[in-house]
Amino acid sequence: MTRSEITMQVIDLMEDVFDVDDLEYNDALTAADIEEWDSLSNIRFVVAIEKEFGIRFANSEISDLENVGAMVDLILVKKT
Amino acid sequence: MIALRSPFALTWLLPPVHDFRAQVKALVKDSSHPADAIRNLANRALDLNQLGLLGKAITARGDSLAQTSLRPCRLGIAATHTADFLVEALPATGVRHGLLIDTYQADFGQAAQAVLSPSSALYNFKPDMVYLALDPFGLGLAQPRLDEGGGEEAVAAALDYTKSLRDAVHSTAGVGVILQTLPTPELSLFGSFDSCQPGSVRWMVQTFNQRLAAEAMKPGDNLFDCAALAESVGLSLWHDASRWHAGKIPFSLDAVPLCADHLCRVLASARGLSRKCLVLDLDNTLWGGVIGDDGVEGITLGQGSGDGEAFLAIQNYAKHLRMRGIVLAVCSKNEDTNARLPFLKHEEMLLTEDDIAVFVANWTDKASNLKYIARSLNIGTEALVFLDDNPAERERVRQELPEVAVPEVGSDPADFLPILTAAGYFEAVSFGDEDRKRAGMYQANAVRASEMQRIGNMDDYLRSLDMECSLRPFDAMGRARIAQLINKSNQFNLTTRRYTEAEVLGFESDPAFYTLQIRLADRFGDNGMISVVIIEKGESDWRCDTWLMSCRVLGRRVEEAALSNVVAAAEKEGAMRLIGDWLPTPKNGLVEKHFEHLGFEFVDDLPDGGTRWALDIASYKAPELPMALAGAAETVDALAKAEI
Repeated sequence: MTRSEITMQVIDLMEDVFDVDDLEYNDALTAADIEEWDSLSNIRFVVAIEKEFGIRFANSEISDLENVGAMVDLILVKKT
Repeated sequence: MIALRSPFALTWLLPPVHDFRAQVKALVKDSSHPADAIRNLANRALDLNQLGLLGKAITARGDSLAQTSLRPCRLGIAATHTADFLVEALPATGVRHGLLIDTYQADFGQAAQAVLSPSSALYNFKPDMVYLALDPFGLGLAQPRLDEGGGEEAVAAALDYTKSLRDAVHSTAGVGVILQTLPTPELSLFGSFDSCQPGSVRWMVQTFNQRLAAEAMKPGDNLFDCAALAESVGLSLWHDASRWHAGKIPFSLDAVPLCADHLCRVLASARGLSRKCLVLDLDNTLWGGVIGDDGVEGITLGQGSGDGEAFLAIQNYAKHLRMRGIVLAVCSKNEDTNARLPFLKHEEMLLTEDDIAVFVANWTDKASNLKYIARSLNIGTEALVFLDDNPAERERVRQELPEVAVPEVGSDPADFLPILTAAGYFEAVSFGDEDRKRAGMYQANAVRASEMQRIGNMDDYLRSLDMECSLRPFDAMGRARIAQLINKSNQFNLTTRRYTEAEVLGFESDPAFYTLQIRLADRFGDNGMISVVIIEKGESDWRCDTWLMSCRVLGRRVEEAALSNVVAAAEKEGAMRLIGDWLPTPKNGLVEKHFEHLGFEFVDDLPDGGTRWALDIASYKAPELPMALAGAAETVDALAKAEI
């Protein structure tokens, strides 16, 4: 699985979880950039990623993430 | 990928629509009445995220929903953990149960203050019910108490605390509470000995649960048995330590849709919105096989076979439902006399005719029959649950009567009962004398089935099935199945002539006969070969030797497709008339009027009670049929070529 493939899937999930159409994605996106991204939807986002990619995050792994790009990198590490 | 059924799955519901988010969006913008659209979306197995999205749309359209049949419910929530995910899922889940739920949740860590302070925002919300979502931590039951008498003391204190919160709600808001049992924590201190040792967490939680209903509930209060739900899922899946540590989320988020559904059942039941009547199909639902074809000796029911016992288990449970006041009805595509045979003659049948308040066996479409059943019982169709093994029947009923609960029961009879019960349609919050007597009450006015007016738009339904009908002459490939149908079909069989496979081969190669093997596929799958026709060609008259069809596809207009094919072939060869006989048997009463329905004229009575019919080919007009016909034209062409 390539980084760009993962990114495409993450974009789909973000559109669903944060209820946004045609998300203008870049790796630097954070919760501050998306209206619906609060602490609850953040957990839903994590759960959705875990389900989609069949992986599981430790709390420590996700609490340190700076932006979406870092999340994509983390998925990439877990999937390879 | 083969997906094993997840213990979190809402197995009885269809999967969500593919363009779910787009439909929810349309719902928010659309100014017309959104209740039906919302109901259709909510009646699917939505996940955590989808429940949240739909919930927002419901909140946004709240005003226009207030005037619908959805029952308003203002639920106050005081939780000693993060209940937000569950709360978010409630409005969408509530619609599935006929509720329009509005929620107010006390702030995190403020549950007790909100409940105990009369001027809190919780009470300003004017709840009509308060859900006390307590957990072992909030109740002081999460730490072992191994001191002498410590366990008993802790449980008593937890019950007292619960009662004081309950009393505060009663006296301040004048409404009832929902109390919940506590899922057993996964961790064990001693192992099996936990259950013997007062003061172990497991012992305290289980003791609390046992005493809760008896000691802490007053009239108007209801119990949500969260512990039973967690056990049915499996405690190791239910608990998610990571989420608990990260955000005091009390159970796996995968469990939210299921948990919300169970909670809404209690809310709905408390408002009298539970289902009241279980309507049962017969063939392949209460027994295996088709009674009209297989006869009493041929159906599968009872000890000695896995399927037979599975059908027995369904009957057994239906009897238990009846004992607690759920009304039973039968809705089957059958001849009435055939349908009643197992009830009268099969030794292992558990259900008797007396158990069935309304018994409808006919060939009318089931949606119309369900309306009739509801009318007979003087209840609404929204009180019905319809159990049927046939996905096409289920779909038809869902289209015509979306308010009827129609569980997706799969194809293995062993799954029917677990899925039906998992759906929780008959959730109760009480049981009393009236319930005990109800079944007998309906029994007294048991209604006998009668022919019914056909209601609902049948053609729309048939078109929605995307049927493909293939009509081909006999060939080597179909020979074995043709012989099987010829020897097995009893009900839709005009002449009931039996032929061996060798004789079928004879028809296949004899130019004096026109033959058809007919297959039907629809969007639910391929029904395979379902009809066989053998016509003896004559100069001017073509005679119908054999015409049979599987009752599975009755009402799909396949017989009209067959006739139109035969007439086209006969016309091409210069025939003037098509002659058909109905030869009565104990089982083929269904097709007594077959030729009449197809536009044939009565010619003569036959010895032994049969009738002869004729169709004038010149005046026949081929109907427009709601299906794609394959092989018809090429059949005729191939025939023409064979003539040359």
